[in-house]
Amino acid sequence: MLEIVTFSLLNGIVYGLLLFMVSSGLTLIFSLMGVLNFAHASMFMLGAYFSYQIGKWIGFWPALVIAPLLVALIGAAVERYGLRHVHRQGHVAEILFTFGLAYLIVEFVIMVWGRHPIENRVPAVIDFPAFFLFGTSYPAYKVLMMAISVGMFAFLYLAFRRTRLGLIIRAALTHPEMVGALGHDVPRIFVQVFAIGSALAGLAGVIGGFALLTEPNMAAALGPIVFVVVVVGGLGSITGAFIASMLIGIVQTFAVALDYSLLDLFRVWHITLGRDSAFYEVAAVKIAQTAPLIPYLLLVVMLIVRPRGLLGRREA
Amino acid sequence: MRQDTVAKAEAEPASRTLMRWLQLRKSWLATVIVLIVLPHIPGLDGNFGRSLLSQMGIAAVFALSYNLLLGQTGLLSFGHAVYFGLGGYAGIHLMHMINAGLPIPMPLVPLAGAAAGLFFGMLFGAVTTRRAGVVFALISLGVGELVFAAMRILQGFSGGEEGITANRGAGPHPFGLTFGSQLQVYYVIVFWSVLAAVLMAAFLRTPVGRMCNAVRDNPERAAFIGYDPVRVRLIVFSVAAMFAGLAGGLHAFNYEIVAAEAVGAGRSGAVLLMAYIGGVHSFLGAVLGAVTITWLQVSLSDYTTAWQLYLGLFFIAMVLFAPGGLAGVLLMHRPIVKTRAFAGVLQSYAIALVPALVAAIGAIMLLEMNYRRATQPDAGAQMRLFWVDLDTSTIWPWLGASLLLAGGAFFFHRCRPLVAAAWQRASDEARAGSGTPREATP
Repeated sequence: MLEIVTFSLLNGIVYGLLLFMVSSGLTLIFSLMGVLNFAHASMFMLGAYFSYQIGKWIGFWPALVIAPLLVALIGAAVERYGLRHVHRQGHVAEILFTFGLAYLIVEFVIMVWGRHPIENRVPAVIDFPAFFLFGTSYPAYKVLMMAISVGMFAFLYLAFRRTRLGLIIRAALTHPEMVGALGHDVPRIFVQVFAIGSALAGLAGVIGGFALLTEPNMAAALGPIVFVVVVVGGLGSITGAFIASMLIGIVQTFAVALDYSLLDLFRVWHITLGRDSAFYEVAAVKIAQTAPLIPYLLLVVMLIVRPRGLLGRREA
Repeated sequence: MRQDTVAKAEAEPASRTLMRWLQLRKSWLATVIVLIVLPHIPGLDGNFGRSLLSQMGIAAVFALSYNLLLGQTGLLSFGHAVYFGLGGYAGIHLMHMINAGLPIPMPLVPLAGAAAGLFFGMLFGAVTTRRAGVVFALISLGVGELVFAAMRILQGFSGGEEGITANRGAGPHPFGLTFGSQLQVYYVIVFWSVLAAVLMAAFLRTPVGRMCNAVRDNPERAAFIGYDPVRVRLIVFSVAAMFAGLAGGLHAFNYEIVAAEAVGAGRSGAVLLMAYIGGVHSFLGAVLGAVTITWLQVSLSDYTTAWQLYLGLFFIAMVLFAPGGLAGVLLMHRPIVKTRAFAGVLQSYAIALVPALVAAIGAIMLLEMNYRRATQPDAGAQMRLFWVDLDTSTIWPWLGASLLLAGGAFFFHRCRPLVAAAWQRASDEARAGSGTPREATP
């Protein structure tokens, strides 16, 4: 039992940290510009594919640096040459633009790397057991994932609190007009935030690519969950995004390990439900099966009960 | 004044009233006649053409229901397929019961879809319509994912990825109709589609329909006048869900199968594309979009596996350059259609079309060659494009395609002043003719 709990907890933390890396950039973009960026998870996917390609050419460590930078360039270009022109047509047009872009990036990925999952294996340099727990080994790449995400969180937190750019971004989150009136180039801040956010998603893609499956569908699979993290954590709150990511990561991982259903609960109360009962099918669903539902349930409940999210300062 | 006209109308003989009624509904009647004749004109009179027309009818109802949300009320939904799919499941389960002996004629199956759509629209709408804007978009996305995940878990109800099948032929046969031929199915779909379109157009003319626009444009002011925006949104959301459910029921009736993807994000995205590409600012835009996209889906997928890429490019181009959609582009020409200079506009379009086509051919060649290389590496380097055999292992086809693209784009760019000048002349003339100043927007 302790073994299951420990490993579920470790895996949940790794998954949560990965979610956090993708969502921290999105929460900045969302709260700064009000744009529901559907292409953000696509940046995560591009990071995974780029690192695979670069890793194949010149090795893993350079890829870890170059792939996120490339993704940052793409993110900046998207803002500068795409979103900025759509901006005057309002939020709906902006959202639709990123929605179409996400669509196109999937097609681009298919065009370059094909329709099937690529063999994005864990690089040999980090493919060894880091430590043993209860006689089972824990792989080093997961430890590296944790280290990179935690390091990034610390870096982002400090940059946000201690640098001039962080100060301006924090001001622009709540008072964009005032920041512009004080002479700061708000459009340029937008481009920078877009680049930083995309780079973070790209970095998550590099280390998440071989932990998850690298395939054209990976953006569509992760995208909605990242939105959930942003809303549950609260707009513009990096700490909130962190808590929400961990919450969803750990809860989802634990749910997968639980092989119980409502029927088992009824059995405890000595209630038996016949197979022909209308509720049998619902009652027979195992908790493990409901794992993909949990984030969205959390989203809907959160938006009803507390629309500003856990740590958000204002409503969406 | 108003009472006078009412009194006059009452005094009119019945035949005059009928004539006036026909006059007012000329366009609807014309539409119905065209829809009845359509499956008999050559090219569409086969099984393929009729099934394409049926698909378009279903898509049109679905897109119109989406337009009630996005176009009329400003609600951007990423989960509208939930109501389509649940309506579809209601329809397919009713068909099952009819197969088992329930004495209900098959053409009434879409009503079960509409009922399910309305029910779930009111249920989920009570939660999702409390807020508009980005929050609404997010919740609709969440509800969509929630229902999709639930459908995949509840295999007994939904049949999961494989879906649930039923037989529309087994049941009572009203007037001897067995629905074995696509033509009979088509006419059932036309009946429900036209009825749905008329009802939606009528809904928009009711006070609550007019309030949708007010809530879209200025919810605060609507609230001050005494209309609760949340309530207006809930009503229109439920109505839109009902018609989406009707479309789902038609889908069940047409395909005799409903699978989990019917509630999925892909279908929600597709209806958004249809409504937006057609144009959200006019009622008929959604129909235009539904017909265009369905036709593109069916015909392009015959020629190329990359059709989703073209659809995506088309969508992005519309968002960037024509936010009013296809309907917006057409309506833009209304003030100048009757001017003498309009011939000049058409001429300039024809001139600009040549380099545009050249550039498009170049782009399509590049995309197709790339796509082929990535998705079918075993198919070899030989391929046939635009009636020409190409060897993609040499540099020449790539170079030629790039030249076509670059040259076409260059000359297309050079054509822009020509089009702008022709537009200017036409709009000057229109302005002089009507006496109202109007901005020229080429």
